Amino acid sequence: MDERNFTYMFLGFAAAWAALAAYVVFLGAREGKLRRQLENLRRMVENREK
Amino acid sequence: MREKLLYGLALAGGLLLVRNLYVILLGFENEASQGAIYRIIFFHVPCWFICFSAYALAGGSSILYLWKRKTIFDDLAVSAVEVGVVFTAIGLLTGSIWGRIIWGIWWTWGPRLTWAFICLLIYLGYLMLRRAIEDPTERAKNSAVLCIFAFTSVVITYKAIDWWRTQHPGAVLSFRTGGGNIEPAWEYMLLFNFLALALLSAPIVMIRMRQEKTQREIDGLRRRTHEL
Repeated sequence: MDERNFTYMFLGFAAAWAALAAYVVFLGAREGKLRRQLENLRRMVENREK
Repeated sequence: MREKLLYGLALAGGLLLVRNLYVILLGFENEASQGAIYRIIFFHVPCWFICFSAYALAGGSSILYLWKRKTIFDDLAVSAVEVGVVFTAIGLLTGSIWGRIIWGIWWTWGPRLTWAFICLLIYLGYLMLRRAIEDPTERAKNSAVLCIFAFTSVVITYKAIDWWRTQHPGAVLSFRTGGGNIEPAWEYMLLFNFLALALLSAPIVMIRMRQEKTQREIDGLRRRTHEL
């Protein structure tokens, strides 16, 4: 197997997976942030309504 | 039930991708002129299938939003566009790495590559437009119109290899050429990888749609706290 070609092939696969993984991590972080915001606002509304 | 479906789809997609990777790396011989690098097409081409499908889904949802005015269609459009943008970026990245070996350059301003880049910029513009408009109804309406027009860039990108002479390789898949341009085993692998990536993308779109719904709930609660 051509070593140089193999390195670039590996680079291509790694770049694709890294980009997809980065997006999934970003999505997870946004999910956590939204849930925290929602909980805080629900608490705030409950407190103000009391 | 919904959570189980999400995990089930992601698991099926992940397992199929691992199986495909095993066959691509160990089951296939090196290509005579390209060596090992040709294997990138098994991810590059399915990535473009995914982003084109995602943009088509977003365009269809935008039409449905303008017709029915139901927020679920707006949620689906933005979720599909976001996934499409990620796969467009991956498609450009993997293509660029392949081009570095085969053409000796990372990038060329040929019609196919240029239109693919324009396509990415237009959909990034769509996502930026959504952030710029505060009113939810206005945001959904304006972005739906942009999303429908943006799909023309997808069609031009797809047809660029037929319409212009370009450095990018021509069509190889049977449904475009009538067959004979690619080894059947490679074509099956491209389709299997498309299936695997589609199985992985579906839960991502569903999670992203759920986030849009949560964001609307947050906006509603914010308005309520201001009123109280």
